[in-house]
Amino acid sequence: MRPREVDEVKLEHRIANLLRLGVVLSAFVVISGAIMYVGFHPLSRVSYRTFQGEPDELKTAHGVVRYAFSGNAKGIMQLGLLLLIATPIARVISSAVAFAIEGDKMYLLFTLLVLAVLLYSLFGSFLIV
Amino acid sequence: MNVLEFTFLIWTGSLLAGFLGALTGLGGGVVLVPLLTLVFKVDFRYAIGASLVSVIATSSGSAAAYVKEGFSNIRIGMFLEIATTLGALLGAYLTAKVPASALAVILGVVLIYSAFAARRTRPRTETPDPPDPLATKLKMNGTFPDTSGVRSYNVYRVPAGFCIMFGAGAISGLLGIGSGALKVVAMDQAMKIPFKVSTTTSNFMIGVTAAASAGVYLSRGYIDPALAMPVMLGVLIGSLMGTRVLVKTQTKLLRLVFSGVIVLLGLQMVFKGLHGGF
Repeated sequence: MRPREVDEVKLEHRIANLLRLGVVLSAFVVISGAIMYVGFHPLSRVSYRTFQGEPDELKTAHGVVRYAFSGNAKGIMQLGLLLLIATPIARVISSAVAFAIEGDKMYLLFTLLVLAVLLYSLFGSFLIV
Repeated sequence: MNVLEFTFLIWTGSLLAGFLGALTGLGGGVVLVPLLTLVFKVDFRYAIGASLVSVIATSSGSAAAYVKEGFSNIRIGMFLEIATTLGALLGAYLTAKVPASALAVILGVVLIYSAFAARRTRPRTETPDPPDPLATKLKMNGTFPDTSGVRSYNVYRVPAGFCIMFGAGAISGLLGIGSGALKVVAMDQAMKIPFKVSTTTSNFMIGVTAAASAGVYLSRGYIDPALAMPVMLGVLIGSLMGTRVLVKTQTKLLRLVFSGVIVLLGLQMVFKGLHGGF
C-alpha cells in the first residue's frame, strides 16, 4: 500500500473510534440524568400535547452545561444530548486536522466550511430564530 | 400519564422502531415522528426535536462499524456535507415558518416515498464510462471491499448530486429525520456510486446533517430532554440489536410488513395534515 492509503485507513479508524466514544459517553450521561429524573418524580403528570418551548437554561450550550453542573436531572439529560450533537462536530474537526496534516488544501477548505455551518448552528443560530 | 409510564412506553415504542428499521434497512427514524404525534399525541415540534437527536445517535453508532470496514467514502461524504448542512440550516429555519399541518403532509409523502425507494437500484453497466473530470479533480473515485477483493469505482454528475443533497438536507432539517432515502438517491442514482458505498456514506453523513439543524432546534426549545431521552435510548439500543440479529429467513416478510406500516403512517400523516389535525 502507498503511504497515503495507510494514512487514510488510520484516519478511518480514528473517526470510527471517535464516533463510538461520543455515542457511548452521551448515552452514559443521558442514562445518569434519566435515573435521577424518573427516580425523583416517577408519578408526576407529563403531557407534550401543547408546545411551550424549553426554559432558557435548556436552550443554549452554555446554559445546558451550567444547569447540568448544578445537579438538575433535566439539565444532565440535555447535556448528554448536547454531547451527542457534538459528536459529529468532533468528527469534522478530526477530519480537518487529518486533511491539514495530509496537505490536502482543497478538502481542508471543504471541511472547514462544514465546520463553520455546524458551529454557526450551535452557537449563532439564535440570531435567526 | 405519569413520568414512569410515559418514559417506559415511549422507550419501548422507539426500541421497536429502531429494531425494525435496522433489521429491514428502512431506517427507524422515519417512523418516530408519526409514532410520537399520532400514537402519543406529542406536539409536532417536540416530536421532530426528539427524532432529530435520535437520528444522530443511530447514524454515529452504525457509521462507526461501516467506516472501519472501508465502505464509506470520507471525501465524497465531506464534500456533499457542504450541501446537506446548508440545506439543513435552511430546513430548520423554515420549520418555524411553515404550519405543522403542512409539515405533516410533507412528512407523509416522504414516508410513502421512502417505503418504496429503498430497494430500487439502477442497472449495472458492464463497461464503465471514462472518469468524470470534475469528480477526478475532487478526488472522489475510490475503492471498496467486495467478495472478489477490492473493487474500484468512478463518480459522475457531481453538480446534480450536490443539488439533490441540498434538498435532502433541507428535508432533514424541516422534518427532523435523517432523509437517508434521498441521500442514497443522490449518490446511487445521480452520481452512480455503488449501492453499498452510497448507503454507508449516506449513513455517515446523516449525523453531520442532523447536527447542523440540531443547534437551531435547541435554541428554539424543540429539544425536550425528558422526551428525547427515552426516544434516543430506545432507538439506539433497538438499532444496535437490529444490526446484530440476523433473521435472514424472515427479513423479507418483515420488510414487507414494516413497509406497509410506514405507508399507513404516511397516509395518516397526510390525511390528518389536510384536515388540520396538527
